[in-house]
Amino acid sequence: MVSEVKAISGRAIPLVGNDIDTDRIIPARFLRCVTFDGLGAHAFADDRAQMQGQHPFDLPQFQGAEVLVVNGNFGCGSSREHAPQAIAKWGIQALIGESFAEIFLGNCVAMGIPCVTASGETVKAVQEAIAANPQTTVEIDLNTMQVRWHQTAAPIQMGEGARNMFLSGTWDACGQLVSQAPAIQATASQLPYLRWSTAVS
Amino acid sequence: MSNGTLFDKVWQSHTVRTLPSGQTQLFIGLHLIHEVTSPQAFAMLRERGLEVMFPDRTVATVDHIVPTENQARPFLDSLAEEMIEELERNCKDNGIRFYNIGSGSQGIVHVIAPEQGLTQPGMTIACGDSHTSTHGAFGAIAFGIGTSQVRDVLASQTLALSKLKVRRIEVNGRLKPGVYAKDVILHIIRKLGVKGGVGYAYEYAGTTIEQMNMEERMTLCNMSIEGGARCGYVNPDQVTFDYLKDREFAPKGAAWDEAVAWWTSIRSDADATYDDVVVFDAATIAPTITWGITPGQGIAVTETVPTPEELGEDDRAIAAEAYQYMDLHPGQPIQGTKVDVCFVGSCTNGRITDLREAARFAQGRQVATGVKAFIVPGSERVKQQAEAEGLDQIFQAAGFEWREPGCSMCLAMNPDKLVGRQLSASSSNRNFKGRQGSSSGRTLLMSPAMVVAAAVTGHVFDVREWV
Repeated sequence: MVSEVKAISGRAIPLVGNDIDTDRIIPARFLRCVTFDGLGAHAFADDRAQMQGQHPFDLPQFQGAEVLVVNGNFGCGSSREHAPQAIAKWGIQALIGESFAEIFLGNCVAMGIPCVTASGETVKAVQEAIAANPQTTVEIDLNTMQVRWHQTAAPIQMGEGARNMFLSGTWDACGQLVSQAPAIQATASQLPYLRWSTAVS
Repeated sequence: MSNGTLFDKVWQSHTVRTLPSGQTQLFIGLHLIHEVTSPQAFAMLRERGLEVMFPDRTVATVDHIVPTENQARPFLDSLAEEMIEELERNCKDNGIRFYNIGSGSQGIVHVIAPEQGLTQPGMTIACGDSHTSTHGAFGAIAFGIGTSQVRDVLASQTLALSKLKVRRIEVNGRLKPGVYAKDVILHIIRKLGVKGGVGYAYEYAGTTIEQMNMEERMTLCNMSIEGGARCGYVNPDQVTFDYLKDREFAPKGAAWDEAVAWWTSIRSDADATYDDVVVFDAATIAPTITWGITPGQGIAVTETVPTPEELGEDDRAIAAEAYQYMDLHPGQPIQGTKVDVCFVGSCTNGRITDLREAARFAQGRQVATGVKAFIVPGSERVKQQAEAEGLDQIFQAAGFEWREPGCSMCLAMNPDKLVGRQLSASSSNRNFKGRQGSSSGRTLLMSPAMVVAAAVTGHVFDVREWV
């Protein structure tokens, strides 16, 4: 399953605010399911209900956007992959923000959704540009590590390991991991506790 | 870069190889699963024709969706019933040990693994739940993962990960009566912030931590993730060994001595180097309580809700959001805030020592009129132990409801939910908007003793007045 992710380009949606947690992205009642199907409709369900149509995910000018632009510590809290799944199923293919919570970020990598960080000034400038003109195309380029919009470009950051996985199409690590069965067995055989806790099996 | 810490040693011993991306393929010694984040992972395995590589290194239970009143099957909530059936099927099909309701060993995943001795020093532990950091209390490297990563662990018993930095958080001195591990971690998060731990493992050390029992250490490590740290740990010591001795999955006989020697050898070296060191004085920590919508918005119970001027510039926008959502005003004392619902339980504070401490303050007192108060033991074993000690009688005589084990109103995936704008005093771990089941419900996080004090007085009350 090799699928290289080198650049994402499309219209963008601004979501302003720090510390937006995964309970807000997808409230727990929507986790009562055994598939991720249909989660897109419930992304930010409670925030949207409270904002009565004024939440960015409800505004007509941002429908069809592919890049989500957020601020600090986005995706903090619960490890639920339902959160990035809901965002992805809504249509988002990449996120740019000031910072991301670690488990959220790891989930996005495993799903093939790049999350890149940029300075507060850059994020604010992109959010303002797309708010002023929702037709603005925002391009996130993992080769040059730049975000581009209008005639502007600014640097972006991403962990080197994750970046390599996107560029080489190995963000879905499962096959790579499974292929190493002998090495995995060798590591396991060196761990003393696997000998002691025979009662587990 | 850290060197010679427990984190470094455990990381090293579990490294399978360096992946082409530069990340590490890390062996996972213990994988814990539950009904919410595993069904899609098993479906992905089936789609790809993959098998579970080490079925004996995965252990399952059901906790998030279980009702705490009527547990008769099928559950009244058909969606919850579908989830538990899916887990039952997946465990049966793949030969995975499953602690179901009524087994005597079911409970919150982060309560049952330690109490059975499954969680041990020097292990790597993963679970599709952010509070997996709890297991770090034993000197394990334990962290939460998402469902795609649950798939990876099932298929390969490994994960692709980047190594974390290590921050040593030292707390020294004796905690004052009425001040608990919960207050220590709320204080740490208040000071270091909710994203201060991103990219770090937290090593908790110092004389205060050394004096803590295992359950207190679990409370501490549990909330590492609320400070942004994916894992937190305490170096194993005699307290750890005494806790583990004779538990069913702990090593026995000659293996026990070998284990103690190995567990001792993986402790951080005296001359270990850290990426960062932070020191706190236990004497300065008071009963701490959150007033806002992130676990970092904490204050001492005697303090007032901070004004924007008292906060850093970065914290003002989220504070403004919190004033409005919580209906609390800058400068207002938090003491005296009226509460509607009081909840003792969760993977943070649902263990036997938490219930004993709660019962100590509930004994001979009465829940205030108009307050709904309930106690949810963390596991079937905790419940059984509490009943053997008569704690259930104390709670019920005081007007608390005594429930069946589960995650309950920590995240409200089961029928236990706030209604409307109710305000809860909660021993759980998250005060996010809508967290406890009502999109306008409000949560104040605090220790179990403080929850009981709030239940009895009907408002936020400094439990030290009863000590």
